Amino acid sequence: MPAAFLEKCQLQTLFDALRGDGYQVVGPTVSQDAIVYDEIRTVDDLPRGWTDVQEPGKYRLERREDDALFGYVVGPHSWKKYLFPPLTTVAAADRTDAGWAMSTPAAAVPRYAFVGVRACELAAIRVQDRVFLEGPYVDPIYKARREATLIVAVNCTQAAATCFCTSMNTGPRCTAGFDLALTELPAGFIVEAGSDRGTALAARLPLREAGEQDLAQADEVRERAVNDIQRRMNTDGIRDLLLGNLEHPRWNELATRCLSCTNCTMVCPTCFCTSVTEVSDLQGDHVERQRHWDSCFNLDFSYMNGGLVRNNVRSRYRQWLTHKLASWIDQFGSSGCVGCGRCITWCPVGIDLTEEVAAIRETAS
Amino acid sequence: MTYRPKLAVFKFASCDGCQLSLLDAEDRLLDVAGAVDIAYFLEATSRVVPGPYDVALVEGSITTPHDAERIREVRRQSKFLMTIGACATAGGIQALRNWADTSEYLKVVYARPEYIRTLATSTAIADHVPVDFELRGCPINHHQLVEVIAALVAGRRPRTPGHSVCLDCKRRGTVCIAVAKGTPCLGPVTQSGCGAICPAYDRGCYGCYGPVGQANVTSLADHYVNAGTSPQQLVPLLRNFNGYAPEFRKESERLAR
Repeated sequence: MPAAFLEKCQLQTLFDALRGDGYQVVGPTVSQDAIVYDEIRTVDDLPRGWTDVQEPGKYRLERREDDALFGYVVGPHSWKKYLFPPLTTVAAADRTDAGWAMSTPAAAVPRYAFVGVRACELAAIRVQDRVFLEGPYVDPIYKARREATLIVAVNCTQAAATCFCTSMNTGPRCTAGFDLALTELPAGFIVEAGSDRGTALAARLPLREAGEQDLAQADEVRERAVNDIQRRMNTDGIRDLLLGNLEHPRWNELATRCLSCTNCTMVCPTCFCTSVTEVSDLQGDHVERQRHWDSCFNLDFSYMNGGLVRNNVRSRYRQWLTHKLASWIDQFGSSGCVGCGRCITWCPVGIDLTEEVAAIRETAS
Repeated sequence: MTYRPKLAVFKFASCDGCQLSLLDAEDRLLDVAGAVDIAYFLEATSRVVPGPYDVALVEGSITTPHDAERIREVRRQSKFLMTIGACATAGGIQALRNWADTSEYLKVVYARPEYIRTLATSTAIADHVPVDFELRGCPINHHQLVEVIAALVAGRRPRTPGHSVCLDCKRRGTVCIAVAKGTPCLGPVTQSGCGAICPAYDRGCYGCYGPVGQANVTSLADHYVNAGTSPQQLVPLLRNFNGYAPEFRKESERLAR
């Protein structure tokens, strides 16, 4: 399908079509002084006229001078909360006269339509696909949700000070992994289809052919995002750089700043660590096995028979960064970082991994 | 037959709120009463069965010479001693006296201070006797208390997570108020247990569950000071219910200097 044009006043038809097809539409909306992802019903739920200003350890909403609907970058939430929920019951057991009756709770699989997925987020979903779907162990919860999800991506037309997707080759242009991709212009949207499902959906929207002028304008606003990006991370030989500098003094210095509070891992759209615990009632007659988001920054997370493997902040931060940027490549064939900058913004003390990597590189052994 | 531990609940200097948490277990209260033999629990029943006890829940801090003696007897009578709540685990809000002149307080509060026998400090139970398990919080979370009792009955390790409040904020989708609003919040250095209630209602964490393991309070405080919060605001924030917990105490004393 060639790129088409959707008038801004017609965007609601997309939501109506998705809802008509039985999708729960989730997308950006203003809540708690931030642009979060939540269920949206109409165009009015979108963050019209709002933008986000970000720096290490700081995020603020500000009014835009125009009425852009997608005039922000990325916020505190990521789509992983839908594809990989924070808490799931994976098994249950009930005591009966004949012994334990084991069961797998049948959770209804929600059908999500994600609206407003950025290029770095498409890359993050791709990373989690590799982790959950393409290894020897397929995660059935992720798989069911992922397959039921439709993705409407939105190209960035600006960048935050914390963005560095161009260093990670993940954006800002959406190139694959979506059903539809939108580029917002003042009068409407350039619409591209990225799948048969997207083409079929587009066919039901009141689109017109995109004119040359529209396309040129779309190129221009997308280029603005590229030019906006100031932050860089040099990834040349990054695997060997980090794994070859495990005793670098920078790790000690980092430990004086890092809170080990888990915020970076929680906001990271690719971090996937969980713990599994058995929860019983008081009589011990009903037991559930629960899986919940956990983090390599937690003390207990490295508990093994005999004690803690990573018993200080230095070793926990080092574990996170070297896994994300180095050993992830060995494990899954790509970096675990997509350059979205969330870990920089949402670190309560503003630790910036690009700065840390640069510092290690500067005095690497 | 299922093991039914003989349970005693003791109170020291405290507000009784943590004991009430046990009675507040609502729909699970009858299950709790069935799972344990409540032998000594004056808040709930006047029936008193003499020790020794399998499990003692100890609420409150040590603030008098009499209590400093009494806790040793409780320890002698108890196989497994568990402290419940910030008073018992860190000295509680009354540990504010540790930075003040107690004799001055006595003169202000009591008409005849010479009748009062008190210590100059309010201290945690673990400063006086060995403690087998600490359940944090001001007040404790009754779900956690029931969990610990269930674990004792089943002979397994209790599931009382030691991670920061931040993890719970993230699991429930609360936007970080420190980052998005500049609110000084103790969440990153505070142990979870409450389910991250305050940030969900736009208030910074007060540190009710005390410092998280290996808490880096200095880094957080420095960051808040650099972002415009005065040390004078941070000192009372750190000197709340867990002010005398070592990590909070050390940092508030550094900031107060």
